Amino acid sequence: MQPTNVYQGMLAETIPLTGANSATINAYFARPLGSGPFPGVVLIHHMPGWDEWYFETTRKFAAHGYAALAPNLYARAGHGMPDDVAAKVRAAGGVPDDQAVGDVEGALRFLLSLQYVNGKVGVFGTCSGGRHAYLAACRVQGFAACADLWGGGVVMSAADLTPNRPVAPIDYTASLSCPLLGLFGEEDHSPTPAQVAQHEEALKRCGKQYEFHMYAGAGHGFFYYDRPMYRQAQAVDGWQKVFAFFEKHLRS
Amino acid sequence: MCTMIVNQVAVEGCGKGAGGWFDVRQANVAYDHPFHAPLEHALTIDFVNATLGPSARVAVELTPTAARALVNTILTVLERAESEGFLEEHRG
Repeated sequence: MQPTNVYQGMLAETIPLTGANSATINAYFARPLGSGPFPGVVLIHHMPGWDEWYFETTRKFAAHGYAALAPNLYARAGHGMPDDVAAKVRAAGGVPDDQAVGDVEGALRFLLSLQYVNGKVGVFGTCSGGRHAYLAACRVQGFAACADLWGGGVVMSAADLTPNRPVAPIDYTASLSCPLLGLFGEEDHSPTPAQVAQHEEALKRCGKQYEFHMYAGAGHGFFYYDRPMYRQAQAVDGWQKVFAFFEKHLRS
Repeated sequence: MCTMIVNQVAVEGCGKGAGGWFDVRQANVAYDHPFHAPLEHALTIDFVNATLGPSARVAVELTPTAARALVNTILTVLERAESEGFLEEHRG
């Protein structure tokens, strides 16, 4: 929050964005008014789609002084209400990892092209978006910070690999190109605490800069105030950690 | 999409969605995060027609117990209909 006597304003709108394979997708873009410079953040939506929670969260980042961009990773599935589009993508086994990474890279390039962005861009995602955020931070050069919130499927067995998801993200850990924040719940089934520990071990082995926080009394999606998994105290603490992390790595 | 547990089956019939009745061509059955039911995971069934776009969807999100009861009930009803001579396979 800003002091009460500071002018505040933002612009929030949907925009076209060049994604993977030069396809035009759409994105929700929110930024503070003014000349900046502002850090940038790419927000990667969760399995339920490019939905209201992600629009709100994009504006939340803008209110905190970030140029925030949330690409619609499901744009190629057609348009309709977010849950209908997400259901279609779910039936198809999700979006291909290569395509998601390409869309996120397009969002990164867009933000870096803006004169009022300070040249530092982070990536943030929850649920499947947390997994995509980690993948992008490993496979794309240029991010300055990555926040993976309860991203399931970072650790995958050989039986879990599919044509859409041919490589387990943990296997890209040596290529992680920026500091990583991870927030997880002890009661989560995906990722389980054991999988988070396995991921942490890989980060240590590769000498990566990271901070993981495992919350007691929380499971999957504990930020989602409209779902029964919401955990107020853990969510408040988690948001503080997210913004402290991005302030440290994107604004300093 | 977190669990990636999903199967598709071709079906014939009709469903009533937000825009009215439409021809159902496929059912997508998943066990994953629901959109609305107050559960971390649910057995979800989407009756869809891909040619009509994402909005041509009739959705249900069930607990595992409810889903099993539904399956058993469907089979029971079909068995009774068959035993009483009502069952006729659709001849398209």
